Amino acid sequence: MDFNRIKEKLNILADAAKYDVSCSSSGSNRKNKNNGLGDTGTGICHTYTEDGRCVSLLKILLTNHCIFDCAYCVTRKSNDIQRAAFKIQEVVDLTINFYRRNYIEGLFLSSGIFKSADHTMERLIAVAKKLREEENFNGYIHLKSIPGASDELMYEAGLYADRLSVNIEIPTISGLKLLAPDKKHEDFIKPMQKVKDEIIRYKEERKIIKSTAKYAPAGQSTQMIVGATGESDKDIMYSATHFYKNYKMKRVYYSGYVPISTDSRLPSLGSEVPMLRENRLYQTDWLLRFYGFSVNEILDADNPNLDMDIDPKLMWALRNLNHFPVDINKAEPRMLARIPGIGMGSVHKIISARKYRSLNWEHLKKMGIALNRAKYFIICNSNDWERRDLDAPKIKGMILQSQNGKFKKQYNNQLSLFN
Amino acid sequence: MNTSKILVYDGSFNGFLTAVFIGFEQKLAHADIQKNSQFQKGLFAETETIFTNIEKAQRVWNGVRKKNNSAIKNIYFAFLSEQNNIEALLYHYIQKLMGGKYLGSTDFGDDAILKINQIAHKVGREKHRMEAFVRFQLTKDDVYFANIEPDFDVLPLISKHFRNRYADQQWIIYDVKRKYGIFYDLQTVEIISLDLTDIHTNSIEKSAVFTEEEYNYQDLWNNYFKSTTIKSRINTKLHVQHVPKRYWKYLSEKKEAV
Repeated sequence: MDFNRIKEKLNILADAAKYDVSCSSSGSNRKNKNNGLGDTGTGICHTYTEDGRCVSLLKILLTNHCIFDCAYCVTRKSNDIQRAAFKIQEVVDLTINFYRRNYIEGLFLSSGIFKSADHTMERLIAVAKKLREEENFNGYIHLKSIPGASDELMYEAGLYADRLSVNIEIPTISGLKLLAPDKKHEDFIKPMQKVKDEIIRYKEERKIIKSTAKYAPAGQSTQMIVGATGESDKDIMYSATHFYKNYKMKRVYYSGYVPISTDSRLPSLGSEVPMLRENRLYQTDWLLRFYGFSVNEILDADNPNLDMDIDPKLMWALRNLNHFPVDINKAEPRMLARIPGIGMGSVHKIISARKYRSLNWEHLKKMGIALNRAKYFIICNSNDWERRDLDAPKIKGMILQSQNGKFKKQYNNQLSLFN
Repeated sequence: MNTSKILVYDGSFNGFLTAVFIGFEQKLAHADIQKNSQFQKGLFAETETIFTNIEKAQRVWNGVRKKNNSAIKNIYFAFLSEQNNIEALLYHYIQKLMGGKYLGSTDFGDDAILKINQIAHKVGREKHRMEAFVRFQLTKDDVYFANIEPDFDVLPLISKHFRNRYADQQWIIYDVKRKYGIFYDLQTVEIISLDLTDIHTNSIEKSAVFTEEEYNYQDLWNNYFKSTTIKSRINTKLHVQHVPKRYWKYLSEKKEAV
């Protein structure tokens, strides 16, 4: 193996793949077979990049040659960059050797589209197939579904991969037309639909015949770019909800747009990556998936965007003060989950602990609840609670004053711009 | 009647459980259970040396399990934390579990129960970190070798994970701090102790013990690590929070940083 050549390729093709934010390696249930190599489980981040993102998979492109010219993409045809391509065996060797040293949980393989969608998809499948069948590799494999790939290939991909994903990239159809004129919305949807149908079919079959092979056991995911086309938070979250519901997505990822080109349709080079906004979108995503909120409670026509200075749950609570205060010792779980400053972990702790005794402030504090936010919204076993008749802006002001968030500087700056 | 006594045991988990058994047998309200390696004689308290007895240990273990299955894990994890006076706290915890009418391991309003729960949680986190941060290096004898230096004694907890995952390669994970390791020989995992002349950190100098190819792969991994970073999003605080500095010297991707 020519390590210097591999190193060059790895640098180019890892660099090009890094804008795909998904790095999850959980949700699959592939076990070690016949004393082979690897297994999957709850997912492990083996290290973190200097920008603080989890590294759990070897995330590379097979090639960054591409026939498309999507404005938001680094590997677009018209971009003048170094191009490279891996051989199938090279990817297999890299994966196995990294895995044996406990660097990674598996492989995330994507690719620029060369020749045709099907041709590209075939090559991706060939890598996965080789890993599974020749190397007896049971680690995690995430393959990118290439927009426009045929149903037969999507079917085959799911037999070897744990997860499949198509990145929808632009949350609105009009935005897609503007930035990626040669790609059609249907091309993204078709492979998604096929994979969803197969997952359902395999699940049904497994109910009858237990030995049915696995098909994409970790499901599907997708990704949207945030801040490239002037879309609102409402556009993004409604579209995310659509994908969660209709395509049974395991995850939707939000990726703050990193300026990479001088194209006039896009934010200019040097403009800041909207990291705070990205964070708020993820918080909203969590509220929808784990906290029992529905999207129209948080975002609607009157409130199309999330507040930047407070988290979305607090934002909802301030708009719905009539639901509060909540009694920690009596409230239903779903209402506990709606209290600002209380996460799902704490909800479970409270439910277990209150069976034994009535909880007071001291107990809640020791359990790790963010009382600086929660105290305006709860009563517990104590005579001491917030008795003043505070309105929403007052509460918000007091909370903001009491916390020292990492983004404080950012939104303070933004506010002072308007003064 | 005695209500407090120092019980000295050999440092093993079974030894500790035996001490708990003795403590219960003698109806001690408080038991100051100490490892013989760290034993400090009290001025007034009476001392008794405990001889590990598997049968007695088993009875405590089964007794707790019958009462509350999830408490078992908490007790074992918390024990491995090696924290000061963890034994006394655990004794108190077991007393509560055995004495109460209710199954109280989730009674987080109780200080001792919350504390043990939190310590067990910390040990669990260290276990997970070691599953992530072990970096094997391939020796010329075809054994994948890693040094670790965990905050808590987590080797017994991670052995199964590595056994299941790396079933077709020989490996050794060696705890430099506690001077013992686990070795998988393609059949079973055994506890070993080595006479290590060098501690194999991520040093830039090459060691003759490892294959030449090994350094090529470290180099590739190092490069990969750099290429995946998005420069316009650098967030060192978050990075260090996820990968605390004390682990860096064993991580090949942090070679230059150490």
